[in-house]
Amino acid sequence: MLIALALWQIISTCIPNLLFASPWQTAKSLVSLLGQGSFYATVWFTLCRILLGFFLAFVLGVLLALLAGRFYVAEQLLWPYMVTVKSVPVASFVAIAFLWLSSANVSVLISFLMALPIVYTNLLQGIKATDKKMLQMADLFKIPFLRRLRYIWLPSVKGYLLSGVSIAFGLAWKAGIAAELIGYPKGSVGGELYSAKQFLETADLFAWTVIIVLVSFITEKLISLLLKAVIKGVEK
Amino acid sequence: MIKLKNIYKTYDGKPVFENFSLDIPLNKTYCIMGESGIGKTTLLNLIMGLSRPDKGSVEGVPPKISALFQEDRLCEPFSPVSNVRAVTGKSVPQAQIISLLADLGLEGNENIPVLNLSGGMRRRVAIARALLAQFDLLVLDEPFKGLDDATRERVAAVILTYCKNKTLIVSTHNIRDVALLNAVQINL
Repeated sequence: MLIALALWQIISTCIPNLLFASPWQTAKSLVSLLGQGSFYATVWFTLCRILLGFFLAFVLGVLLALLAGRFYVAEQLLWPYMVTVKSVPVASFVAIAFLWLSSANVSVLISFLMALPIVYTNLLQGIKATDKKMLQMADLFKIPFLRRLRYIWLPSVKGYLLSGVSIAFGLAWKAGIAAELIGYPKGSVGGELYSAKQFLETADLFAWTVIIVLVSFITEKLISLLLKAVIKGVEK
Repeated sequence: MIKLKNIYKTYDGKPVFENFSLDIPLNKTYCIMGESGIGKTTLLNLIMGLSRPDKGSVEGVPPKISALFQEDRLCEPFSPVSNVRAVTGKSVPQAQIISLLADLGLEGNENIPVLNLSGGMRRRVAIARALLAQFDLLVLDEPFKGLDDATRERVAAVILTYCKNKTLIVSTHNIRDVALLNAVQINL
């Protein structure tokens, strides 16, 4: 961490401040932002929308993966959609989304679209990796669906689910802010980034970037902790 | 009566059964004997319907089957009690599960995740699960694997109390198990 800061400081002395803010300038800007009441409303605005998109993607991704894991035909039918969603550039989605939604809500759709295939693919991979002999045991004992879910599938998929959620949230967060940057809805993190860039407030731009990284890191950890706690509760 | 008629079965490209037939009257205990690799597990799988014969038929198998597999096939992060519950749901009282686990020498280990238990303990958890599931036919594949002589006798006694008037088919390569279970010997 200290080495990274030192390196940042060295680089900033070689490049004009207008193009590259120093750690000190960034810290000052960060403190100033933290002192503003609107700062928290801005972060909350963006966080709520991206979390909503991510949550919807998580729920739908889990349901679709369960369906695809159970019925091969469902996996085959879903495959072209998931591949398309994964391959289409974020910018294309954002441009299309602006035709349908207000700029304030585009980040919900974009984060949803980014997270959905990741949650789906990871969970489906976990379901497919479930020990066939355990499933054979469940068939022999005629274990009902919900108990299979708890005792056989959940232990098998939890690693895939946790890593999928972590990757999916990171992507949803980044893409959601990119969507805000393009649509710059009022009072959003992306909108603030855009303004800072427009007015060449480089220290603010860096400070907002630090905030984006921190909020992403903390939220991702909280989501992982919550999911681990839920899994632990189910496994009790 | 369970009837295996003119069974042909290959496993990994090797013929295991060729025109094999066997009648197994119900409500008795049987020990299927034979050296390793002769097809004991394949025969049990055919009886349980877990694999199908290439040719021939298996008839008269009771609908309610419980089993102990060659591997323990336990739900690793869960306790012995939960492993039984995975199969029985709430149809079996907690006290009965704990009592059976104690009879099998697992007292004090009822709530430890099975992944932390020794091989012999895990085997007995799998046996408890098989005994508490509802069954008319109980199939046990090498039930005493990893158990010492004293535990083997204790476990055999418990198995017999749960299998009165039911069909029990055990695969083993230990001739002493036939006497221990008072079983009819079937040589492969």
